[in-house]
Amino acid sequence: MARNLFTEENFQRLNEVIEANRQKQGALMPILHEAQKIFGCVPMEVQKIIAEKLLIPLSEIYGVVTFYSQFTLEPRGEYVVGVCMGTACYVRGAQPILDKISQLTNTKVGKTSEDGKFTLEATRCIGACGLAPVITVNEDVYGRLELKDIPGIIEKY
Amino acid sequence: MKSIQELEKIRQAALEKVNLRTDRKGTRIVVGMATCGISAGARPVLMALLEEAQKRNLEDVIITQTGCIGVCRLEPIIEVYKEGEGKTTYVEMTADKAKKVIADHIVNGKVVDEYTIGAYEDKGVK
Amino acid sequence: MELFRSHVLVCGGTGCTSSGCQKIIDKMDTELKKHQLETEVKVIKTGCFGLCEAGPIVIVYPEGAFYSRIEEKDVERIVEEHLLKGRIVTSLLFKDAVEEGKVKSIDEVGFYQKQQRVALRNCGVINPEEIDEYIAFDGYKALAKVLTEMTPEEVIDVMKKSGLRGRGGGGFPSGLKWEFTAKATGDQKYVACNADEGDPGAFMDRSVLEGDPHAIIEAMAIAGYAVGADMGYVYIRAEYPIAVKRLQIAIEAAKEYGLLGKNIFGTDFNFDLEIRLGAGAFVCGEETALINSIEGKRGMPRPRPPFPAHKGIWNKPTLLNNVETYANVPQIMLKGADWFAGIGTEKSKGTKVFALGGKINNTGLLEIPMGTTLREVIYEVGGGIPNGKAFKAVQTGGPSGGCIPAAHLDTPIDYDNLIALGSMMGSGGMIVMDEDNCMVDIARFFLDFTVDESCGKCAPCRIGTKRMLELLDKIIEGKGEIEDIGRLEDLANTIKSASLCGLGQTAPNPVLSTLHYFKHEYEAHIIDKKCPAGVCQALLSYTITDACKGCTLCKKACPVDAIIGEKKELHRIDEAKCIKCGACLDKCPFKAIVI
Repeated sequence: MARNLFTEENFQRLNEVIEANRQKQGALMPILHEAQKIFGCVPMEVQKIIAEKLLIPLSEIYGVVTFYSQFTLEPRGEYVVGVCMGTACYVRGAQPILDKISQLTNTKVGKTSEDGKFTLEATRCIGACGLAPVITVNEDVYGRLELKDIPGIIEKY
Repeated sequence: MKSIQELEKIRQAALEKVNLRTDRKGTRIVVGMATCGISAGARPVLMALLEEAQKRNLEDVIITQTGCIGVCRLEPIIEVYKEGEGKTTYVEMTADKAKKVIADHIVNGKVVDEYTIGAYEDKGVK
Repeated sequence: MELFRSHVLVCGGTGCTSSGCQKIIDKMDTELKKHQLETEVKVIKTGCFGLCEAGPIVIVYPEGAFYSRIEEKDVERIVEEHLLKGRIVTSLLFKDAVEEGKVKSIDEVGFYQKQQRVALRNCGVINPEEIDEYIAFDGYKALAKVLTEMTPEEVIDVMKKSGLRGRGGGGFPSGLKWEFTAKATGDQKYVACNADEGDPGAFMDRSVLEGDPHAIIEAMAIAGYAVGADMGYVYIRAEYPIAVKRLQIAIEAAKEYGLLGKNIFGTDFNFDLEIRLGAGAFVCGEETALINSIEGKRGMPRPRPPFPAHKGIWNKPTLLNNVETYANVPQIMLKGADWFAGIGTEKSKGTKVFALGGKINNTGLLEIPMGTTLREVIYEVGGGIPNGKAFKAVQTGGPSGGCIPAAHLDTPIDYDNLIALGSMMGSGGMIVMDEDNCMVDIARFFLDFTVDESCGKCAPCRIGTKRMLELLDKIIEGKGEIEDIGRLEDLANTIKSASLCGLGQTAPNPVLSTLHYFKHEYEAHIIDKKCPAGVCQALLSYTITDACKGCTLCKKACPVDAIIGEKKELHRIDEAKCIKCGACLDKCPFKAIVI
């Protein structure tokens, strides 16, 4: 992706976040959340800075980052398409929808398309079971979906 | 908060606003704005209600959001508590339907039967 | 152009004219002049509104108030009340033949009639971002009562007597948990709320936090007082942005009112609350894993004992309850233990919130007294199965629970009954399945979930669930052997008894319960190499029946040219080529293609 994430400004923001949180007990998780927001991912460069400032071993931070699915080591696509694979969505046909999106965006589940536009994820229940099956594209939620709705939604982006 | 009296004072002041019984003054409209409501399109409904109420200079009408009303299937849902009436539940709302509710029900006191949950049940959508 | 504040439209159609509209207009003019409103209000005579029967008709804009059957004497009131004071004269408004007794409120429909709302009482009623509205519904009254009238021991006593059990899954008596934490020794104690609702298909906690966040704050403060903690953490899923935001707003408002902070209600009780976000790990719903996560570590469970009540967050005594459990607390304090204990069954008191989903008409959130039967929930509250399909099973307890078949629908819902059926209460997801759902596939779905979410700390769960998944895959692909059923059972029992935490111990439940109640489906997959529900692709075979008219639509739809046949002749499917995509099935206008 063309976007340069490692700008002076972003590192500045990271420093501010670390300063604001470092006194807290258990500061690592809140800082990682912010870092993920700032950089769109938590790569090694960022982990190193956090490790130095918080005096936590890098190995431990790497362990935490890779444990939680919300933190990623690589940047995600411009649009993150999440197909809810919660039980309610699954029994109402989320799998064919996931396959269809995968085919349309030429992106495998858990991966980002080559042009960096889409990241396709099979997400955990997002709690909109009443509208099953549901997908999200960044902040937008689409519910009560049928297969035929999918091309129209993907086209919008 | 230093005393129970203080809490009681706030309670009394806020009570009329949320009075859900028929003896309430004015009208209270709540829009279900939990995750399911919002993804089903509750925001445009809320906006339409606010806009319409403002356009008509309606005073004594409180339009507010609330949490999950429970029947996700019928979202977006709005509920109207009106002076002298019980509660009315409108389901599967859209911005246009919301405007009609303001015009017919809030202003003119005529419940829009075809949008109520009762009408939905009657249709036998089973 | 003159600007008028209001416009009064008076119908001048034939009907209204005959019923006396001119007199109304004249009177209106007189009245307006009397109140010096003639420059602000314009009276317009309009064409027919088409409701002649209700004439004379007067409409006042901008409000659009629709007055009907107006007489001369009413004009005075309209001008004085509406035009001068801005209050619509309700009694003069047009009423169509309002049919009495028509259902117009949600309270009157079947969905609500069996329900009893305790934890959800404010959801869908108050604005969760307005602390005043919560207070109006007796909010923070319980906290006030507890702080000024009760000792911590009395609070715990009420909790114990109420019979409330943990709503997060296990159903441990909450009062005991409170007591253990209160009795534990430590200079610092914590109260924590588990809002890491990870079960797929469950969204009760999200709804409570989105709809009534102050109830959780109040309950946690009460808990803090009872166990001697001055600090609380709410651990909430990052996947719930709206809930997080509303809880944040609520905490700020509570701080502003002094309902959190120092010397609450003028007592020497201090309490503060902080939000910690989860980061997408299901296992963090397990209490010791959650504690590790709050501390900024990998969310892996710790062996118990020591229990969090003795060594929790930063090794300090910690009281940990889930959202719904807390949501009951203020009500219990206000209405008393006896009131709460009066609801429900002998061993399961109070109500339970369920998220009803899947193949059911009324998907949604409901709260029922314990002891309501599954049948009542599914058919009366839930409105039954859509599209006339047959009920097959209801899944409760998420990945830790099991599937309950039709034969047990009359079981009253409580903790012990569900466990006896091989499922569990869990956090309250209730997913209904119909005849089109394959139970082997469902078992595989849940196992896939646990394999993915297993933290990897202990071998039975990490390796065992993976092996079970492989066996299920084998069965679904039509390569199963009859011995695989025994292998699944062996593995399941080992994982159940040897895993470190609740996630592993309950992971085999979906397989065990489907094996127990739907063994014939497993056997059909293994012996007949057929999937009775028509879900498992590898076991499907598409055939064309005599109903085929040779229209060639299916042939054109087939992406791999597996359909052979000339126009107007019977087609057939080359099974070697067929990829079982189902495209032909959708296309056939004569329903000649069958599975």
